[in-house]
Amino acid sequence: MPLIYLGGLIFGFGLGFSHMAQPEVVLNFLQFEDFGLVFVMFGAAIVTGLGFAITPRVLDSAPLTGDAYSRRLKSFDRNVLIGGSIFGVGWGLSGICPGAAYASLGVGNVTILWALAGMFIGAYIQGVWRSQRADSDATVAGAD
Amino acid sequence: MIADLVVPALLETPFPEGISRYAVGGLFVGLGALVIYLGTGISAGASTFLESTLSYVSDQSRFQQYRSSRDWRIVFTLGIISGAAVYALTFQSGLVTSSLYTPGTTGTLRDIGGVTIWLTDVQPWRLFLGGILVGIGTRIGKGCTSGHGVCGVGSASKTSLVGVATFMLVAIGTAQLVMALGVNP
Repeated sequence: MPLIYLGGLIFGFGLGFSHMAQPEVVLNFLQFEDFGLVFVMFGAAIVTGLGFAITPRVLDSAPLTGDAYSRRLKSFDRNVLIGGSIFGVGWGLSGICPGAAYASLGVGNVTILWALAGMFIGAYIQGVWRSQRADSDATVAGAD
Repeated sequence: MIADLVVPALLETPFPEGISRYAVGGLFVGLGALVIYLGTGISAGASTFLESTLSYVSDQSRFQQYRSSRDWRIVFTLGIISGAAVYALTFQSGLVTSSLYTPGTTGTLRDIGGVTIWLTDVQPWRLFLGGILVGIGTRIGKGCTSGHGVCGVGSASKTSLVGVATFMLVAIGTAQLVMALGVNP
């Protein structure tokens, strides 16, 4: 847990330093006025990419959990495109994504609570909907 | 026609604020995710927190499936908030300066007892409505800008690359449309 806090701390500092906690800067990217965001995303992905590639060759298992280093590959289906598109509309409208929203709170931006409230409501809506669909599917399958 | 609107701004300068604050910040973001991975083997993402935290208050099966990770996800989020606060106390407040850091020009800065806080000028309805769509989309789409964008791209996951391409293109289209409609900021 202290390590996860430390990781979050570094992660959040980076989001603050890179101004990703400012929706305006993200919107400036999406409006083609400042391409800095590319360097944030790829800068971060290069670090994780090198780390994720090298670590499993050097260590057998994670020292704190004993878990093997596995790639967390998510299966591809239609949902990635549907969800990605809905996320894209929301991101393009607001200029904020979940991690940056938490960081935005840290730089003092209380206005971002609007976005955070929205994210919880959105996550709740899809969660209830998908839980109920999964439950009714299970019932139908059980009836067969 | 779109090119006419876009190209002049591009040619002026693609990086009006320089690139160092973005690149250095990005390295920190990646390092934060890597520290967690090194210690625990977890590829962290920020958006599952939204659902895992709802498992404290809702019995819906979608949220309950994240019960086992909900505690560390809160710690991760608190870490992110604290890390950004460390940035606010140092660079944002002008206590620490660096040639690699360019102060921002957007939003509103306010001084509270020697600490500079930053407030967005983006209108609350955009944040709220956009937030709802982000909340729905990130969970259906299996990840957000950190899970897909940083960890997923970092592990060369094809699903994540497609996810990033999808939300990036749609977001660009949306932001350009909103700007063309005269909404600012």
